[in-house]
Amino acid sequence: MHLILSSVAIQLLCGITVLFLRRNSRFTSGVGAAGPIVACVIGLIPALKTLSGIANNPIHASWNMPLGTISLGLDGLSALFLLPILGLGALSAIYGIGYLRPYREHKSLNTSWFLFNTLGASMAMVVLARSVLLFLLAWEVMSLSSFFLVAFEREKKEAREASWVYLIATHLGTSFLLAMFLLLGQNSNELDFGQLGGLTPGLAGLCFILAVVGFGTKAGILPFHVWLPEAHPAAPTHVSALMSGVMIKTGIYGILRTLSFLGPPPPWWGFTLIGIGLISGVVGVLFALAQRDLKRMLAYSSVENIGIIVTGIGVGLLGISIGSPALAALGFAGSLLHVVNHAMFKGLLFMGAGSVAHGTHTRKIDHLGGLIKRMPWTATAFLVGAIAISGLPPLNGFVSEFLIYIGAFKGAASIGNGSSIALLAVIAGLALIGGLATACFTRAFGIVFLGEPRSEHPKHAHESGQDILFPMILLAGGCFAVGLSGFGIIRASASALAGIIQPIANNGLDPAAIRAEIFFAADSLRSFTYGALAILGLIALIALLRKRLLSGRIIRQAGTWDCGYIQPTSRMQYTASSFAQPIIDLFNVFQHERKRFKPPQGYFPATAFFETKTLDTSQEGIYRPIFEMVGRTLSKLKVMQHGRIQLYVLYIVLTLIVLLFWKLR
Amino acid sequence: MQQWLELATVLLFLSNLAMLGLSELGACVRTVAFQGILLGFITLIVRQEGLSVRLLILSVMSIGLKGFVFPFLLLRSIREAGVRREVEPFVGYVTSVVGGLLMLAVSMWISARIPATATAMSSFQIPVALSTIFTGLFLVVSRRKALNQVIGYLVFESGIYMFGITAVGEIPFLIELGVLLDVFVAVFVMGIAMNHINREFDHIDADQLSSLKG
Repeated sequence: MHLILSSVAIQLLCGITVLFLRRNSRFTSGVGAAGPIVACVIGLIPALKTLSGIANNPIHASWNMPLGTISLGLDGLSALFLLPILGLGALSAIYGIGYLRPYREHKSLNTSWFLFNTLGASMAMVVLARSVLLFLLAWEVMSLSSFFLVAFEREKKEAREASWVYLIATHLGTSFLLAMFLLLGQNSNELDFGQLGGLTPGLAGLCFILAVVGFGTKAGILPFHVWLPEAHPAAPTHVSALMSGVMIKTGIYGILRTLSFLGPPPPWWGFTLIGIGLISGVVGVLFALAQRDLKRMLAYSSVENIGIIVTGIGVGLLGISIGSPALAALGFAGSLLHVVNHAMFKGLLFMGAGSVAHGTHTRKIDHLGGLIKRMPWTATAFLVGAIAISGLPPLNGFVSEFLIYIGAFKGAASIGNGSSIALLAVIAGLALIGGLATACFTRAFGIVFLGEPRSEHPKHAHESGQDILFPMILLAGGCFAVGLSGFGIIRASASALAGIIQPIANNGLDPAAIRAEIFFAADSLRSFTYGALAILGLIALIALLRKRLLSGRIIRQAGTWDCGYIQPTSRMQYTASSFAQPIIDLFNVFQHERKRFKPPQGYFPATAFFETKTLDTSQEGIYRPIFEMVGRTLSKLKVMQHGRIQLYVLYIVLTLIVLLFWKLR
Repeated sequence: MQQWLELATVLLFLSNLAMLGLSELGACVRTVAFQGILLGFITLIVRQEGLSVRLLILSVMSIGLKGFVFPFLLLRSIREAGVRREVEPFVGYVTSVVGGLLMLAVSMWISARIPATATAMSSFQIPVALSTIFTGLFLVVSRRKALNQVIGYLVFESGIYMFGITAVGEIPFLIELGVLLDVFVAVFVMGIAMNHINREFDHIDADQLSSLKG
């Protein structure tokens, strides 16, 4: 426990130290990045110890605040979330050293590093806190520091707007959390996590909805995701990697932690989460498919992955409420593993996108192309991430999705009522999501890295520096390692997972049964892994064969997609829009793509154009009307804002007098 | 002693009414100076226990600052800004005076409900103190010139001071000095700001500041 606290303290210390350094001095990035790196090294020890079953002592201390005690604790759930928080924090920090270098001319990097350290420390505090006040405090610090980080390039209009959208969204979410904690804490006087709960079923249901809305806003589930596609592209890449990989997972942590206060779950909770998760997954990936900005696409894909995680939680909850250890164990285990896995490959993909933007100065997919020749390392790492996020074996994305699949299959086969329909929907939905994600990332990788450059930007691209490549290669290696040794990892973490699931299930399930189910899944995964290894071996063999066949012959290199023409232009290639068009047309119900075009006419067509625009349905359909109505209503109050000092004083005087009379009445 | 105190209190109230009815800036400033001297005098006689060093210092400060320093500064800035000598009210003079009387009535109603009234020597002091506060606020709100806002603020502060020494009595010395210092700084800042407004816009009409609104 002391180790993990000192890890938090070191981040804060480094953050404060960097503020006192001279602006952009030689040590700024070094000291700033040292915080997360050292914190990771120190903090991983207690986290791993906890996961392997060596218990830690919780800390209690009184606090000179109303309703305030300081309670901290480290259990399996916290430790599991600490892994990505610390690990990806350190890797993003290394990445940030290289990424921020071009900004040192006209930006204060000191502030940025201070906020980055604060963000890391506050995320760790969020999962360590065991009292409501401390939790909310850490939660707010986390939101605010990430808000300032999003606004890093505040001279750009998009960055400013994105950060405002984020700030409003996160505070609306927090207001739901406040209500939820007040309801939860009605039976306690110190608002310690241990004292929360004991609610009637009706109130517990209300709390559940508040938690889903409040924490779901941070996690980015539909329809509360609108801030994600704005904030993630606007933030500097190492920040968006951390936000998308880790920070949105604190919302998932919050939901899981809250579930352990709420008592036995009725089945509708599980159905609700499955529904929300599947909708987030499908719609998220469809929007990702339609995006033209690389980082925006990744942000929507985060919505999709959060959908998968929430679906897994839903399956697990359903398992608890109908008393099926298979569903509970595999649903929760799958979604928990996906939290860690998603942190790895989404961090990797964001870093890849940042490296592309770094080398080409654009993030527009349609302007890129042919980068595999110019940025081979970035391309390879991005490819690994793309395969992993599509949930294909033998990479890590497959492992976690496989657990949810097999849980749903087992449940659907053994349970014969309405629940099995939901589970069949889970199977079909996950398959659809996986297929669409594959299409989405084939498009991204194909258009960005293959073919020929589509504009001037990629022609002058250069590979990024070592400090940018190193974290990416490490993460790509991690994706492979977890993917290949997935069955072993699941087997080894069976009791840790059982320890995490037990409190959520209010100790209603037999840990031995949970472990048995996880062992079963690990064994079935093993055969998949062997199959995948065989395919990998086959690919290697074919590559070897090709090399042998080609050796000693003349190899001519030509442009891609030249279609047999003598003088091809790069505009003959598939564009990102044309690649996605068939799928988008098929699913146009969800996204309302707007098309304007004038087809070429006659033998010598003079003018023709084609233009599409995909607007976010929930932003256009729900939030814009609401906020416009609020804006119209409140703009009537502008009459009060006339700039006359005398009347401003009059407002104050009238208020005071009314208060005085009210008191004396 | 009692009748002197009552006389001073009545004079304070009458000076409030004068302030509301006067149309010339210089006269207003001189009335404020008169109020300052009056308050210094009240400070000396208000406590039954008799004089103390503390009260003496307060009295000297009040007379010195409000009676001489502030009026000097204000008169000088009137001279330097070269403004018209009229206060240019939003509310007419007669209405203002009637308002002043209404404010006294309201103050009496309020002071009847304030528990502190018991400690005051004369039943008339608290209402007058409150009505001085209201008068100050009224002057701030209803007059156009920025200089008048300063005057209103000074009257407002005199009201607070009067209320403090009669109703509470035992305000720590430092706080009272602090309030005086506050006002001193405020007058200074406003004087500087006014000079700047004057230089930029050729007038010191506070209501014209709305043209700065974004």
